[in-house]
Amino acid sequence: MSAVPMEYYLILSAFMFCVGVAGVLIRRNAIVVFMSIELMLNSANLTLVTFSSYLGNSIGQVFVFFVMTVAAAEAAVGLAIIIAIFRNKLTVNIDAINIFKW
Amino acid sequence: MINLIYLTVLLPLIGFLINGLFGRKIKNACPDDVGEKIIGIIGSATVGISFLIVVGAFFQTLALPVEERSNTVGLFTWLSVGGLNVKFAYLVDQLSLTMALIVTGVGFLIHVYSIGYMHGDKGFWRFFAYLNLFIFAMMNLILGDNFVVLFLGWEGVGLCSYLLIGFWYDRNFEKGTTSQAAKKAFVVNRIGDFGFLLGMFLIYLTFDSLNFNEVLSKAATFPVAESTFGLIAIFLFIGATGKSAQIPLFVWLPDAMAGPTPVSALIHAATMVTAGVYMVSRTSIIFASAPTVMMIVAVVGLLTAIMAASIGLVQNDIKKVLAYSTVSQLGYMFLAAGMGAFSASIFHVMTHAFFKALLFLGAGSVIHGMHEEQNIQKYGGLKKYMPRTYLTFFIATLAIAGVPGLSGFFSKDEILWNAYANGGFIFWLVGMITAMMTAFYMFRLLSLTFYGNERFDHHHVHPHESPPVMTVPLIILAFLSIVGGYIGLPKVFVGEHGNLFESWLEPVYEPAMNKLAHFGSHSHLEEILLMAASVALALSAIYFAIHVYNKKPQIAENVSAKFKGFYNLLLNKYFVDEAYEAAVVQPIQKGSEKLLWKFADVAIIDGAVNGLASLIDKSSGVIRKIQTGATHAYAVIMITGIAIALLWLILSL
Repeated sequence: MSAVPMEYYLILSAFMFCVGVAGVLIRRNAIVVFMSIELMLNSANLTLVTFSSYLGNSIGQVFVFFVMTVAAAEAAVGLAIIIAIFRNKLTVNIDAINIFKW
Repeated sequence: MINLIYLTVLLPLIGFLINGLFGRKIKNACPDDVGEKIIGIIGSATVGISFLIVVGAFFQTLALPVEERSNTVGLFTWLSVGGLNVKFAYLVDQLSLTMALIVTGVGFLIHVYSIGYMHGDKGFWRFFAYLNLFIFAMMNLILGDNFVVLFLGWEGVGLCSYLLIGFWYDRNFEKGTTSQAAKKAFVVNRIGDFGFLLGMFLIYLTFDSLNFNEVLSKAATFPVAESTFGLIAIFLFIGATGKSAQIPLFVWLPDAMAGPTPVSALIHAATMVTAGVYMVSRTSIIFASAPTVMMIVAVVGLLTAIMAASIGLVQNDIKKVLAYSTVSQLGYMFLAAGMGAFSASIFHVMTHAFFKALLFLGAGSVIHGMHEEQNIQKYGGLKKYMPRTYLTFFIATLAIAGVPGLSGFFSKDEILWNAYANGGFIFWLVGMITAMMTAFYMFRLLSLTFYGNERFDHHHVHPHESPPVMTVPLIILAFLSIVGGYIGLPKVFVGEHGNLFESWLEPVYEPAMNKLAHFGSHSHLEEILLMAASVALALSAIYFAIHVYNKKPQIAENVSAKFKGFYNLLLNKYFVDEAYEAAVVQPIQKGSEKLLWKFADVAIIDGAVNGLASLIDKSSGVIRKIQTGATHAYAVIMITGIAIALLWLILSL
């Protein structure tokens, strides 16, 4: 068994998640926001792997594979959207992309 | 023939369908007058054959023993809802046969007359279609063996009356249009029909049936409170006042003269307006069980009679005089019914149908010959131009005036005698004054129309006699006006069973007669004295009218100048129309406009609907500002929400 206690992994994971949330809320660059979202997804993956390992149950790890697949797909679509927006607006600043309103 | 009675209803309906659906095509397809002839023959023949069938049924019934004379001809079950089972069946008994003979017989003559009168009218086919529809509805009214079929006919004749009053829908009538007159008739009738409906509901509630035989036999034996009978009777009588133009609902009948004259003769004199009398007569046992209502019926009839007769004294429109005369004579019929003399009232229905139809048709002939002029002040001396019309009109005038030997005398005398015997001297006196007025205004009409100076413009008006198709029905009706009374001779002359008409109808009224209190007997001498008095008074009124309007017209002018207030009151028909206008029509109109339209509809209902819409519009205008389009704002809100939810979850652990 690993000597590192479970709390360490969980705290790291929570910290990563908060960094991701802060990144989404604070940053204006669409690519950075996108990266922050990836960070949140990966922090969730870390939590799943941790519990899977400590509980000796492989379901958590299977789940992580799913998340990674979805994240990859999301990255592909998301980046494509960002490129499309950039071609139209010549910027990826989120504040400039607010035409979808009242 | 009794079993074929449904044909008398079916044939006019077929005539209506043929003329109504194909009349225009028939007229356009045939050259000149041939189309009119075909339409007229279809219309008249269907009614004529109906008449022959009724005559056959009459003689067949007459051959039966008295107790078997009431027959029901069932056709099919019409309504079967819960406990209510209404059959479409016809009741062939003494009363319905009498009425059916009048309706189809007089109706046939008027159909034939109409071929001449309506010649060249653009709506010729429509006219005959409506007339046939009317006969269809009227026959249902008369023959129906329950209240529902009667009501079907009751509403049907109302509809036909409406259609025919407004027949010349593009013409003006008095201050308005014929359509307004038609609407007035329809609306006023509706008030009466409402009463009739309530009466029907109450009958069903009380007797659990709407079939005449069941209801009437139950009414004779069931222990029902007199107040219930009174309520039923008063509702039925309200219905009768609407259809038969009695106070307070008589105002539509004078306006109904906007229709073509044959319509006035058929619907508004001979048949439809007597439907109320027929209905009271049919339900005689219910009325007989409610003495108070009987008295109301008699008093209303008497008041209507004298009021309408007094208006008739001064009217100048030939049809208006006859219209008020009709209202007055209908009042007589209700007086008779209220006095318990139901057979006398039906007797008067019959004689009145003869002479009043004749008077209207004669008036139509005069109007026809005078190029649509209806003002009797612009007639005069028409005797030599229209000899046949004059002669028949003269006979009818004698009959209605109560000259002995003609039909009107016998029926009127029967009513007056019953008024005296069962009501008292006052009833007789008022009835007698009405009879005098009747004699006076009829001879005024006759004098102004046929005697005296010619007051029309010879350059424009060329009076001429009407064609035989119009005068032959007049002659037949004149014959009937003379002899029609001899089937109902007064008992004082011919003994207890000599009055054929009364003996014939007696079984119908037997239950009612058993319930009615019998009044003290009066001597024959009394009856003969009263008869003599009524003859003397009628003759003096006739003499007076001829004297005034032929020899000394200035007397009439002097009298009208002297009693100017009263004369104006009569000329304006007691201002009843104006009073109704002010008391009923205006409040309803104002109330509808100010309260129902401007307030209830516009302010409340529209206000609620529009208010809700604008509330949503305004509030959503505010709320939509939340959607800023800034993704960050959404993210902040979302994360705040998730954080709060999480916090709440953790705290609640």
